[in-house]
Amino acid sequence: MSKIHVTATVNGDPVEFLADPRETLLDALRNHLDLTGTKEGCGTGDCGACSVTVDGTLVCSCLMLAAEANGKRVETIEGMARDGLHPLQRKFIEHAALQCGFCTPGILVAAKALLERNPDPSETEIRYWLAGNLCRCTGYDKIVRAVQDAAAEMRQDHRGAA
Amino acid sequence: MRYHTPTSFSDAAAIAAASSGTLRFLAGGTDVLVQMRAGMVQPDDLIDLKHIPGVDRIERTAEGGWKIGIAVPGIVLGGHAELMRDWPGVVEGMNLVGSTQVQGRATLAGNLCNGSPAADSVPGLIAAGATVTVTGPNGSREIPVEAVPAGPGKTNLARGELISAITLPPRGKNGGDAYLRFIPRTEMDIAVVGCAVNLRLDGDKVVEARVALGAVAPTVLLSDACARAIIGTTLDDAALIALAKAAEGEAKPISDKRGTKEFRIEVAGVLARRAAKIAYDRAKGMKA
Repeated sequence: MSKIHVTATVNGDPVEFLADPRETLLDALRNHLDLTGTKEGCGTGDCGACSVTVDGTLVCSCLMLAAEANGKRVETIEGMARDGLHPLQRKFIEHAALQCGFCTPGILVAAKALLERNPDPSETEIRYWLAGNLCRCTGYDKIVRAVQDAAAEMRQDHRGAA
Repeated sequence: MRYHTPTSFSDAAAIAAASSGTLRFLAGGTDVLVQMRAGMVQPDDLIDLKHIPGVDRIERTAEGGWKIGIAVPGIVLGGHAELMRDWPGVVEGMNLVGSTQVQGRATLAGNLCNGSPAADSVPGLIAAGATVTVTGPNGSREIPVEAVPAGPGKTNLARGELISAITLPPRGKNGGDAYLRFIPRTEMDIAVVGCAVNLRLDGDKVVEARVALGAVAPTVLLSDACARAIIGTTLDDAALIALAKAAEGEAKPISDKRGTKEFRIEVAGVLARRAAKIAYDRAKGMKA
């Protein structure tokens, strides 16, 4: 079976690899690029553990072929901490918004995408936005509070910088 | 599996017509990739349509309607203020499909071609009187959305044919539409029953109506009986009762894990009534 040459930008870095035509973006990230922070939960788009952004849009990387990422800009959990942890990451630690942690990378990526669109989401907006990210330790309340707290801090920083 | 990236619909149709094995078209992929992973479908030819120019665009038609590209995802439809103003029922139906992540990929054309009788975006399209352009090896034709589904998982498209655009008619004056579905939780589920209503008023009176019911038959139904129940009325209580009765009469559901036949029939009436009220209020220019 002939492989497909894929070039993309992942967390700002140019990457290239040879993908099987059936291979998902999730498998390519994990197996070709050793970016194992993106998790496979269900593999069928129900749990959100594999959340990444592609050209700025939040998607399940298990529901996208690696070949479809050709020429695209992909952001994963590995690109989230820049100069130290992202405020969302810090607030997840402070609020103990994780137990086993398997869903956490996907939730952080999804929450970051939310705050980029809406810096001041209501609790309802946060819950709907994250409805596709399942946490089977059921720590949702702490997750929602951590997102609200991070959002508040980021709004404060934004005002401070302006 | 051969992964194709044609740059025109005629090329896509030609590849499809030449394929002798299992074939799938790829737009958002939120159904196809799940089917591939589950082993339900192992395509020999997978035709990715996203390299065709224009598939990601939403454009005004010359008549004042909308032409929607087949790869426009739900999140883009939901973010399009003018489209939302014209056809809120169509957009809210699509936006009920799956999670934020799924909305980033899932498309109207995919939801339609997946052939589910419970597809949330299809009743709204049918009620709106939307059409699709079907392109095949011998050219293109325009058909109403309700002519596409043939039964669960099946469409009336011939081998080599595919949908190349979706067209919504001009909204026109004093019109409103709405879609409601019932699910036993608040998010991330498949409709037990869905209902879309699209109507136009003259003063307080309904002068045009189209009502579509989802998940109560092998395909989404366009119900003339429901439309007749409210045309000529001011959507008063008597009209709403007649509408509910008509919807109950049209519903021919099965019992399954999502709901019993009896429950679905009753809910069809309830949703028809409520969706008609919302559509009426929207036609009146009230926020709903």
